Amino acid sequence: MTFLEMLLRCVAVLMVFLVFPLVIGQTEHKVMAHMQGRLGPMYAGGFHGWAQLVADGVKFVQKEDIVPADADRRVFQLAPAVALLPYLVVLLVIPVGPGGFVGQAVDAGIFFVLAVMGIGVLGSLMAGWASANKFSLLGGLRTAAQLMAYELPMLLAAASVAMAAGTLSLPGILEQFEWWWVPWQIVGAFVFFVAGLAELQRPPFDMPVADSEIIFGAYTEYTGIRFAFFLLSEYVGILVISALTTVLFLGGWHGPLPDQLGWLWTILKTFALALVVIWLRVTFPRLREDQLMRFAWTTLIPLALAQLALTGIVKVAITS
Amino acid sequence: MSLLAAAGPLEPAARSFLSPTGVEIVFLLVGVAVLGAALVTVTTRQLVHAALWLVVALGGLAVEFLLLTAEFIAWVQVLIYLGSVVVLVLFGLMLTKAPIGRSPDADSGNRWAALAVGLATAGTLVTLVVDAFRTSWIDLGAGAGSAKATGEYLFRHWVLPFEALSVLLLAALVGAIVLSRRDDEGKKPRPRPGKLRAGKPVGTSSGKES
Repeated sequence: MTFLEMLLRCVAVLMVFLVFPLVIGQTEHKVMAHMQGRLGPMYAGGFHGWAQLVADGVKFVQKEDIVPADADRRVFQLAPAVALLPYLVVLLVIPVGPGGFVGQAVDAGIFFVLAVMGIGVLGSLMAGWASANKFSLLGGLRTAAQLMAYELPMLLAAASVAMAAGTLSLPGILEQFEWWWVPWQIVGAFVFFVAGLAELQRPPFDMPVADSEIIFGAYTEYTGIRFAFFLLSEYVGILVISALTTVLFLGGWHGPLPDQLGWLWTILKTFALALVVIWLRVTFPRLREDQLMRFAWTTLIPLALAQLALTGIVKVAITS
Repeated sequence: MSLLAAAGPLEPAARSFLSPTGVEIVFLLVGVAVLGAALVTVTTRQLVHAALWLVVALGGLAVEFLLLTAEFIAWVQVLIYLGSVVVLVLFGLMLTKAPIGRSPDADSGNRWAALAVGLATAGTLVTLVVDAFRTSWIDLGAGAGSAKATGEYLFRHWVLPFEALSVLLLAALVGAIVLSRRDDEGKKPRPRPGKLRAGKPVGTSSGKES
């Protein structure tokens, strides 16, 4: 791989990182509005308010960047970057199409993705502590507790796919993929997707930012561009979780069209899942903290373990 | 180290240490950064800062593993150790008042003993590694530390130590549970095993034990 090619891949991933989350955000504005019998943004940019998020971005940049007087300045200012950057790094290794259509293929891809995504939570925890605000601290603690509860089922579900494919590499898993993996791994897919939602703190798992109790959790004290970074990290997170579920459980680039159009399948499936994420936000009320924990420990983890056992049994049965 | 030793036969040094390659220079620089971050971790008076510097030190170690082509170990390092820092911060915040700025009581009379133990451990390890490898040179080919290679070494050649270690970890886990439960023995009627007491929130108790 030449230097130029590497640069080109990095720029492409950066473009995806900057454009796709905005598309998801705009879709959320419009879809949520129509589901609730509203119109959503209609003016910015002219046609159905398509430029609303661009306008929002410009607004965020212009706002004053305030650091509270009692806050720990450096940690406070560093936190948004720690929350956002892991998702950018993860996007690098998600395969889009066959034949090396990926930013950078990593040998232990699943491990890499799950490891790096865990760091993002540290950003929320740093933000919550450094704000010197009890609501922020509560939000940060809730975020961390949620991560601890939902990381395990997520790992187990991912391990099930790795076991089925016999490899940890993401393109490798897709090369092994057969259509009947979808029903075989469907429970794992459910566990992975739900745990991913919880890790992103999306409704109905948005207890850490519950506005009726703790204002906006760890992000309460943030303004301007740093606040926008936290919002952006949520939408990149939706993209990453949807794309990962697509790659691991829905067959990624596999579909009826020839392989050259595989990238189209990946993107279509990813956006369909992103739409489900938005749909869930409109549909479900927020889970209470104890319900949230009980759901992880008494439902998701047993399901993930059952899936793991099923995968093992079938795997042994078909290879022997 | 055992993995590296298994990666290839040990040969006497064919290279000079005076003409380092780019990778070796980066390795040394990252090593210095890790050492610095580790020193700040134990000397800073700010509780949460100490945990965050620990993140830097452990992350730097992951980079060192990467430079040694042990890719799988590097990601495990990030997943397990950096993830556990989150837990560390969590307990640090819950057990203290989580002050911003210096904690006046973030000091211990044991620090000289700790320093002595630390230096002794470091001395032993450095002596051991230097004595074991001397000037031998291990050629790190690409893929020597991939998940496949690591798995094969771990479960073919080192399966007994691996299992013994997992038993040790299990014992530590059980021991931690026993220690944390010692208080209420004999004072309250013991709950019947297998049943949850009414009114006890289910999630919080199981959440802490993870």
